[in-house]
Amino acid sequence: MWVLFQIELYKIFRRPRTYIAFVAITALITIVQLGLKVDGKEYAAFVMADLSNTLQIDGKIINGYFVCYVMLQLLLVHVPLLIALIAADMISGEANMGTLRLLLTKPISRTQFILAKFFAASVYTILLLIWLAILALFVSLLIFGADDMFLLKNNYAVQIESADLFWRYAGAFCFAALAMITVAALGFFLSQFAENSIGPIVATMSIIVFFTILSTMSIPIFNLIKPYLFTTHMVAWKEFFDVKINADNVSIRGSIQRPDRLIRSSLILLAHIVFFVGASLYIFKKKDVLS
Amino acid sequence: MEKKLYKYGILILFILTGMTSKGQDMSQLVQKVKAKLDLVNDYVAEGRMKTDVAFIKAPIGKIRVYFKRPDLFKLKRQNGISILPKGGVSVSLSSIISTKDYIALAAGNAIVDGVNTRIVKLLPVNENSEIILTTLYIDEAALLVKKAITTTKENGTYEMQLFYGQYAGYGLPDKVIFAFNTKDYKMPKGITLEFEDNEKPTEADRLKGRKGKVEITYTSYMINKGLDNSIFKQSN
Amino acid sequence: MVMQDVIEVTGLTKQFKNITAVNDLSFTVKEGDVYGFLGQNGAGKSTTIRMLLTLISPGYGEIKLFGLPLSSNRKDILSQVGAVIEKPDVYKYLSAYENVKIFARLSGIKVTDKLIMNQLEMVGLASRANDKVQTFSQGMKQRLGIAIALVHDPKLIILDEPTNGLDPQGIADIRNLILHLSRERKKTILVSSHLLTEIEQIATKVLIIDKGKKIIEGDSSQLFDPAQTIVELTTNDNSAALQSIRQSIWNENLQPQREHSLMLKLDRKQIPQLHRDLVHMDIEVVSLQPRHSLEDYFLQVTTGNQHVGTFSN
Repeated sequence: MWVLFQIELYKIFRRPRTYIAFVAITALITIVQLGLKVDGKEYAAFVMADLSNTLQIDGKIINGYFVCYVMLQLLLVHVPLLIALIAADMISGEANMGTLRLLLTKPISRTQFILAKFFAASVYTILLLIWLAILALFVSLLIFGADDMFLLKNNYAVQIESADLFWRYAGAFCFAALAMITVAALGFFLSQFAENSIGPIVATMSIIVFFTILSTMSIPIFNLIKPYLFTTHMVAWKEFFDVKINADNVSIRGSIQRPDRLIRSSLILLAHIVFFVGASLYIFKKKDVLS
Repeated sequence: MEKKLYKYGILILFILTGMTSKGQDMSQLVQKVKAKLDLVNDYVAEGRMKTDVAFIKAPIGKIRVYFKRPDLFKLKRQNGISILPKGGVSVSLSSIISTKDYIALAAGNAIVDGVNTRIVKLLPVNENSEIILTTLYIDEAALLVKKAITTTKENGTYEMQLFYGQYAGYGLPDKVIFAFNTKDYKMPKGITLEFEDNEKPTEADRLKGRKGKVEITYTSYMINKGLDNSIFKQSN
Repeated sequence: MVMQDVIEVTGLTKQFKNITAVNDLSFTVKEGDVYGFLGQNGAGKSTTIRMLLTLISPGYGEIKLFGLPLSSNRKDILSQVGAVIEKPDVYKYLSAYENVKIFARLSGIKVTDKLIMNQLEMVGLASRANDKVQTFSQGMKQRLGIAIALVHDPKLIILDEPTNGLDPQGIADIRNLILHLSRERKKTILVSSHLLTEIEQIATKVLIIDKGKKIIEGDSSQLFDPAQTIVELTTNDNSAALQSIRQSIWNENLQPQREHSLMLKLDRKQIPQLHRDLVHMDIEVVSLQPRHSLEDYFLQVTTGNQHVGTFSN
């Protein structure tokens, strides 16, 4: 399977389409960084307008950590679409190219074939996130410097000390990787059912957009199904950026407000991955290759 | 008839004298307190600051405070972001206490932190002054202000409670608690981008309605070592 | 010398929804055979080949390759099989060299530059090794497909319509390659094709199927006997000609008639004599064509009006 995995990675990274996602992320991040560099103060003033009536908040609000958080909030809705470009093409693309039938006449098991392809798609996803982390976090820190992060939630604000942030970002990116691999697993699963890539790519994107809308709208009837949607759990990386307070209302360094939510969401995403990959295996093993 | 007039006259005189003397007593008290505070030309203090606002989760941070007579004051968090009540903490006691610009009136006594204090109300002479009224709770024996409640035009009312220790001789507190009113906080989801279910109760909920507080604990003072005015012009 | 059964198919059946693509098919391919697999479009050839290559799972029946059941020895068996299925598709964004390398690695062999270049040289693509496949013609892609199929030196080679889309030179090249592989390298080859002339020229055995069922299986030499040549006769008056022939010595050679021509079966060598006798019988001969024996046989045994085409001798 190692040979299969190497070959799959090779094929992914020799294909020009693969680099679209990297370029898109670079462009998006650069634009956001540019905007905040030029108009960061105005943005901070706008965001803090309500608090500024009673409080004076001094310090570098627009710093590298804050900018990274803003970018993650924006991008982790859109990065799934870029992941779908590759993941949803993994099987259908081979069928479309006609190479699937040639591959499956080789002495390789279908199980190994599917797993190698999925792992390769996962590696692509992780590399994309590493690239995102480098640009969104490290380059932002270079441009904007480091300071405490002051975050506005819906009902309260959180200040997290600079020294308490890096591990949170490491955790958040790991969680984001899990979330994005879930998207890859979905795309990979849908890829079984078509002989051209457009269908599975569009289907994956549509499901994500549709589920995201259901996850974010505060309509009571949607609240019943929200806990079961993987898009609801994909945003749990934000839990890394909320802290507990003690009886004196002082935030506790190194704490997470709702670690149970983080763990639960992780397990649900993992379950989705196992389901999608398991279903892909089951279907593919029985599939008649007519392409 | 004349005897009655004479009696009333003496009584009124006594009252007026009493009032005048009371007023003069308060001014003198305030002057004595100020004189004590004026022993300090400048100081640099190290300390820790805790921001206690219902809807803010903030850590305790190290701070440095700079003061230069008569009214240059700067609070700087050593690292990171500081959250302070608007306009409140920058006002120092020295600038509040001035018999020149204020009329001091006695307003009784009160126990503050187990100490009997004289309540002095300071009314600004200047109608355009930012401060509308200051109420001081003065420990007469030690010539220390234990509590000050200031009402301002722009920034509402805030309360300062001062606790003294080894620097009491200079009138410099070991601990100061600023209490101020805060508005209820609610941010639209379009700004926070927090669309998830946030019905979960937070510890902040139990603190709702409470006044905001900033608590500064001073660990050391460097007094009268000289300070350049440029420090007060630097941005944070 | 007893030849091992390389392919042994018994009772093979495959249904797709309501369509029976392959119906109780049984055949055997022996070691060293060039086995021609014939049938009209939709007869079930590709489905059968895909089942041999585990691309499709059989509904019923058994497949053994090299004496081993395919279902339980897939990897071992496929390591000895090379296949070109219909139009060979490879990775267009990679070069010829990269494509051969990928599939060679997947075949489980040790891959060296020399091995890859040898393969490309064998199919005449060495000079284009580093060119992207998207710049290749159909013929070049076909040759690349064959290079890939042979890279691991398989014992059994399965070619499904290998000459599709090729020009006459390309077709000749494939034919020569198959003959070389069979005669010089002793490979067993299963080849399906619509081009009956090609099968006739290379196949040692032939299987003809129609609607998924076996029609006939046998040695080519028995099916393509020159002594059993079918001749197609067209005259100005076929009815009168038929009458005359019935009264002649050629009566025994008459075969079931076609709409616009008469059919006779005779030894190829007798054709000139037949021609002379027809002239003597005052039959005005428009054309006297010896039918391609296999083609005719094929048309005889398969159903449908599809006219494959005639080939002059």
